Amino acid sequence: MPVKVMIPSPLRPYAGKRDSAEFSARTVGEALGHLTTEFADLRKHLFTDEGKLRSFVNVYVNDEDIRYLAKENTPTKDGDTISIIPSIAGGVRA
Amino acid sequence: MPDEPTLWISGHLAEKIRAHGVQTYPHECCGALLGRDSNAAFDSDREKGALTAAREILQLFPLVNRRDDSPRNRFSVTAEDVLAAEKAAREQGLEVVGWYHSHPDHPARPSEYDRDHAWPWYSYIIVSVQNGAPQNMTSWRLNDDRAEFSPEGIEIRHRAAV
Repeated sequence: MPVKVMIPSPLRPYAGKRDSAEFSARTVGEALGHLTTEFADLRKHLFTDEGKLRSFVNVYVNDEDIRYLAKENTPTKDGDTISIIPSIAGGVRA
Repeated sequence: MPDEPTLWISGHLAEKIRAHGVQTYPHECCGALLGRDSNAAFDSDREKGALTAAREILQLFPLVNRRDDSPRNRFSVTAEDVLAAEKAAREQGLEVVGWYHSHPDHPARPSEYDRDHAWPWYSYIIVSVQNGAPQNMTSWRLNDDRAEFSPEGIEIRHRAAV
């Protein structure tokens, strides 16, 4: 049983309108790599040009924020669900 | 050629956004826009031809600005707040279709910082609050290439079609 990646509504137009996708992956980074390889248009909304996860993009394995685990090296096992949740930020120029 | 997207909102809810901006002035206010895209609802009735891309805002979910270091020119909503807003939307058969925030003493135009922290598809309403009084309200959507926002028309309706 692979890892399931839930795709949030704003990103579904870049993922063939799908709300989830499944991949065989040993880590979160690997799963996100598969996701953004299959749906290349998603990539820039998740990662910076330097390939780092954007600061406002939060990734959870089941209910755990990967920031408090091993970030993108967080291991995944079959049946895990990965969620991508934005934290919303903005404001006028400082 | 698709029309420019339009946001439908009742005068009452538009007023609530302005009031929130006044209440938190000189700090930024923020909240979620709960609603739905009308295209999805009407797709079956309009098999062909250009659809008018309209999005209805039916509820607001005001949030607390988590930025206590620079709340006058920044706002921040945690992932937990986002999940709470999504849950509230689901319970009402709606979706989180966007976010609103205020620009105290600045125009209702998105900043570079706004652009860096946005996703396409969401509607971003900005209300300008000058000297404590609400001014312009605008809405924006980030373009696919993330290079800039496009304006989204706001149409005030007495009662949004459900």
